[in-house]
Amino acid sequence: MRTNLRVVRALGMRSVRQTFRRPQLMAPILVFPTLLLAIQTGGAGSAVNLPGFPPVQSFLQFMLAGAIMQSLMLAANSGGIALAVDIEMGFTDRLFAAPISRYAVVLGRLAGTAALGAFAALWFLAIGLIFGAEIEGGVAGAVVAVALTVGATVGIGGIGSSVALRTGRASIVQGLFPLVFVILFLSTAFFPEGLMVEPAKTVAQYNPMSFVVEGIREPIIAGLEGSDVLDAVLAIVGIAALSTLLSARALRHRLATGG
Amino acid sequence: MKAIVVEGLERAFGDVLAVRGVDLSVDEGEIYGFLGPNGAGKTTTVRMLTTLLLPTGGRASVAGYDVVGEAHAVRASIGVALQEAALDPLMTGRELIRLQATLHGLPAAEGRRRADELLERVDLVEAADRRVGTYSGGMQRRLDLAASLVHRPRVLFLDEPTTGLDPVSRKTIWEEVRELNEDGTTVFLTTQYLEEADQLADNVGIIDSGAIVAEATPDALKAEIGNPHIELQLEEGSIADAEAVCTGIGKLMPPKDGRTVLLEVERGAGDIPRVVRALDEAGIEVASLELVKPTLDDVFVAKTGYHLEKQDPTASSAPVDDG
Repeated sequence: MRTNLRVVRALGMRSVRQTFRRPQLMAPILVFPTLLLAIQTGGAGSAVNLPGFPPVQSFLQFMLAGAIMQSLMLAANSGGIALAVDIEMGFTDRLFAAPISRYAVVLGRLAGTAALGAFAALWFLAIGLIFGAEIEGGVAGAVVAVALTVGATVGIGGIGSSVALRTGRASIVQGLFPLVFVILFLSTAFFPEGLMVEPAKTVAQYNPMSFVVEGIREPIIAGLEGSDVLDAVLAIVGIAALSTLLSARALRHRLATGG
Repeated sequence: MKAIVVEGLERAFGDVLAVRGVDLSVDEGEIYGFLGPNGAGKTTTVRMLTTLLLPTGGRASVAGYDVVGEAHAVRASIGVALQEAALDPLMTGRELIRLQATLHGLPAAEGRRRADELLERVDLVEAADRRVGTYSGGMQRRLDLAASLVHRPRVLFLDEPTTGLDPVSRKTIWEEVRELNEDGTTVFLTTQYLEEADQLADNVGIIDSGAIVAEATPDALKAEIGNPHIELQLEEGSIADAEAVCTGIGKLMPPKDGRTVLLEVERGAGDIPRVVRALDEAGIEVASLELVKPTLDDVFVAKTGYHLEKQDPTASSAPVDDG
C-alpha cells in the first residue's frame, strides 16, 4: 500500500514535469483558455446588463469558472493523450512489469492531471484578482473552487484515460479535443442558462459539466451558499464513478489481451 | 534449481496462434538465448513470462513463481528491458532509475544510492542529468539495462537488447550481460542475431512460427548438423582430379561452383595437412583453403528450412571460427 502511494506520487510528479518540459502541452491548458477569457471579457463585457444574466460584479468574475472548466477539461484530455503516448512508446510496459498495483499506474497519471487542474484553477483565480474580479466566498470559496476543479479533473481525466487504455493510440484521444468544446459550449460554462435558446438550453440543463461549472462559479460570484457546490460534488462523483468503471474495464482488457 | 520452466505455453490472438505449445527450461545462473526471426513468437513469449500478457494455454513459472497465479512475486523477482528501450525522452537518466527504484519499493535514499551506482556501472554518470531524448541509441540501451537492475533481479529478461546498435555499443552490452551473469543473474535473452546467441548463450532455443524447433548448447546444436568441412579453391587442375584425391580423406559435398571442392572432414583442422599433402603429390595447385565449421545459421537452416535474414552486422563475411 505504502509503495503504491509512493508510486502514485512519483508518477504524478513525472506527469507534471512532463507537461512543464514540453511547452506545447501547456498551451491547451493555460494559453488557449487565457486568450479566450481575454477575448470574451474584452468583447462581451456588457452582456452582464442583459435581462436574465445572473447578478455578478463583472463579466470577468462570471467567466472565471468557464475558463477554469475549459482548462480542466483540456488538462484531462492532455492527461489521456500522455497516457496513450506512454502506451505507444512502451513506457507503460515498464510500469506494468513492476510489483505494484496496476491501478497505481493510472492513478499516478490522474494525480498529475489533478495537480495541473489545481494549478489552472489558481492561475485563473489569480488573473481574476489581478484584473479586479472579487472572489465572493473569500479564501474558503477559492479553496472550494480549487477542490471542485481537482475532483472534476480526476473524474474527466479518468474518461480520457479509459479511452487511452482501450485504444492505446494518442491520435484517438486527441480526436476528443473538439468534443471538449462541444460539451463546453453546450453547458453553462460561457453563457448563463437564462440567456440560452432551445435546444441548447435543455442540453445545458442536463449536461453534467453545467453542474460542475456552476459549483465552481458559486463561491466566486455569490459566496459559499452551498446548493450549487453540492450539485457539483454529486456530478463529480457520478463522472468519477463512470470513469473509474470505464478505466478499470479498459485496463483489464489491455492486460488480458496485451493491446 | 530452475529459474524458468515453461510447459506447453500458448498464446492466441483471435484465430492466430502466436505461440504454440512452447516448452523450455532455464537453469539458475544461465544465459538462455531465444533465437528467431521477426514474428516468430519471441516477444510474445517474453511478455507472457514477464506477466505483461496472459497465456491462453500451458503454464510457466519464473523464479519459482507461477506467471499467472503469482504474478506479483514474479514481477518482484525479474528485471525487464523490452525491445526498443521504452524510455521517456523528457526524463533524465537519473530520474528514470530513481522512478524504477520507487516502482520496486526501494526507500528513497537507497534508490538514490542505487541510481548513482548503476549510472556509474553503465558509464552514464556525465549524462545522468540530461534528458533521455538527447541520448544515443547505445546510451538508451545501457540506461534501460541499468534501470532493469535497480532491485537486483534474480532473472533478467532482455528482449533484443542490441537491435539497431552499432558494433561498439553492441559489444558494451554483451560485456555487461556477461558481467551480470558472472554475478549470478539468470539472463533470458531474445535475439535475431546468430552471433549474439553464439557468443553469449549457454543454451539456445530456436523458435519458428511460434514453436521451439531446437534447444541445446550452441556447440551441441552445431554438432547435430555434422562435421566441419574444408573449402578448397583450385588454382589449376580439374575439380574431378581434386575430388578423386580427397575422397579417401573425407566425404565430398556437392560443389558450389566449378573451382571449389567441399570436403566434410571428421577431425577438422587435423585433416588439413593430409589434404594439402595429397593435393601436392597429385600436382594440383590450390588458391585457398579454409576450414569451415557449422554455424548457428547452418543449424537454423537445418531446423527451419530457411536462413535467418537478419544477420549480425558486426559479423565478418569470412567463415566463422567458433572455437
